[in-house]
Amino acid sequence: MLRVSVLKKRDGFTLQAQLEAPTPGVVALFGRSGCGKTTLVNLICGLLRPDEGRIQLDDTVLADTRAGISVPVERRRIGYVFQDARLFPHFSVLGNLRYGLKRSGKEANDRSGHASFDAVVALLGLSDLLDRRPHQLSGGERQRVGLGRALLSRPRLLLLDEPLASLDVARRQEVLPYLEALRDHLEIPMVYVSHQFEEVLRLATHVVLMEAGRVVTHGSLGEVSLRPELRAIVGQDAVGSVLDAVVTRVEPARGMADVQLGKGSLYVSLVGVPVGARVRVQLLARDIILATQKPRGLSVRNELRGVITKVSADGADGVLVEVDIGGATLLSHITQEAVRALHLGAGVEVWALAKAVSTHGHVFRG
Amino acid sequence: MNPLLSSAELDALRLSLEVAGRAVVFSLPFAVLAAWILTRVRFPGRSLLDAFVHLPLVLPPVAVGYVLLLVFGLNGGIGGWLHHRFGIQLAFTTSGAALATAVMGFPLMVRAIRIALENVDLGLEAAARTLGAGAWDRFFSITLPLMLPGILAGAVTAFAAGLGEFGAVITFAANIPGETRTLPLALYTAIQSPGGDAVATRLAILSLILGLLGLLAAELLARRVRRLLGR
Repeated sequence: MLRVSVLKKRDGFTLQAQLEAPTPGVVALFGRSGCGKTTLVNLICGLLRPDEGRIQLDDTVLADTRAGISVPVERRRIGYVFQDARLFPHFSVLGNLRYGLKRSGKEANDRSGHASFDAVVALLGLSDLLDRRPHQLSGGERQRVGLGRALLSRPRLLLLDEPLASLDVARRQEVLPYLEALRDHLEIPMVYVSHQFEEVLRLATHVVLMEAGRVVTHGSLGEVSLRPELRAIVGQDAVGSVLDAVVTRVEPARGMADVQLGKGSLYVSLVGVPVGARVRVQLLARDIILATQKPRGLSVRNELRGVITKVSADGADGVLVEVDIGGATLLSHITQEAVRALHLGAGVEVWALAKAVSTHGHVFRG
Repeated sequence: MNPLLSSAELDALRLSLEVAGRAVVFSLPFAVLAAWILTRVRFPGRSLLDAFVHLPLVLPPVAVGYVLLLVFGLNGGIGGWLHHRFGIQLAFTTSGAALATAVMGFPLMVRAIRIALENVDLGLEAAARTLGAGAWDRFFSITLPLMLPGILAGAVTAFAAGLGEFGAVITFAANIPGETRTLPLALYTAIQSPGGDAVATRLAILSLILGLLGLLAAELLARRVRRLLGR
């Protein structure tokens, strides 16, 4: 468990954050640029000192202003992947990777659960890059080396500060699978800073939502996906419930699959995943249609039966309806006019409809 | 006898190289320290220290030599103590010539090293910290190698300038053949002596060749280091 409770004032900006995050797992610090995410990770790793507060990782107190404790950065054993990679220009890739490894100490090397040098190199696909110099690498390669360098210092926690932000969209898609592999194959807890919800969706198990120097809300990704505070950040069109599901049937030729979620089943576009795999599905509220009777003669492939649990105003003319489909909650964005005409309200039984093509699954083994 | 240079001329050449070399080697660690303090440490007397370091650049070299004589001469505070305690005499010796040369070249060296240090990305040092490197470790594994081009530039400049240092050397260490008579002092002596024109010309040409070689070597070195750092 990572427990943080800190106050930091800096250049007219105040960060006041409390959070508890389970370890291992991937905690996403999500919020707009300038909301204090980087300040928070710098406090966790010790590059900044809190004015007041306490930071504890598992059973180790890293900082406690009242007790006068502040473990120096170099002894915290917290890996840091920087937005700009910060590879050492006077070392080769191999030299960069070895830098942290050499300084990780015997005690750290004896601990189980850490991947070997060869395993990290293989996992991040670095074997062809070892002799190169940092200036000979592409942006994506640089981030992978930075990731490997941090991992090889045998950290107890890995901080990733927007590692994809300096990359273009294509490069991002190139690096994301490596981050997913890391999450799935290594037992290292991670704090992932991002202002891109797609990255959070693909990587995080736990989300901490930040706004103007404060933690607005935190919880599992599924929980946070339903919160109105998230809506304020990602915007109405990106609102949707995130659900954990299990693959029950695959159609590799069509790139589609059936997944079980709660008591219902969904037909979604999903590639390269075997039956039984755990996946994550995001159903955007704007894509969900509600019907008060079982519809007939529609092209829509997904019909989930459920009960309305909440109806709340959203925007000028919009309404956000929460539907419990038996162990999972869907969000549907519809008009006030539709709510009136169909007499929708808490307790009403409905069918939630979603087009298969607009429903994507993300593989998630976490 | 050497067909090109007389033994006195060879002595002057050897002395110049020795004095400039010793001056650079001796003052380099102090120059790095001074550059470090002036760049990285914030303290009240910083501007004063900065001005003090740069004094030899604006003072007449003879004045610097005279101050050295007052402080490091046999009757000076530090000079007397060194002589009494360790039997070390600086004034009127080769070591003294090296000290005078070091003091004169010091600001040149600090300037170059400081610029290099200011260009070292603090983010890289922070990254090294997160990887478990302590303060000294960081300095020797990251900061110092990244400053190396500046340190080399500073050292080469100070060495080249040291080869020609005149005023401070002749004032503090005098003009003793084989002891403190470096190239410029030999050149001066030749000009002063009747019929010394030929010797003076040869020494002037020698100085020119030496300077050219130094500049070429500096450029070559800088290019290699830059390639090593991938810039």
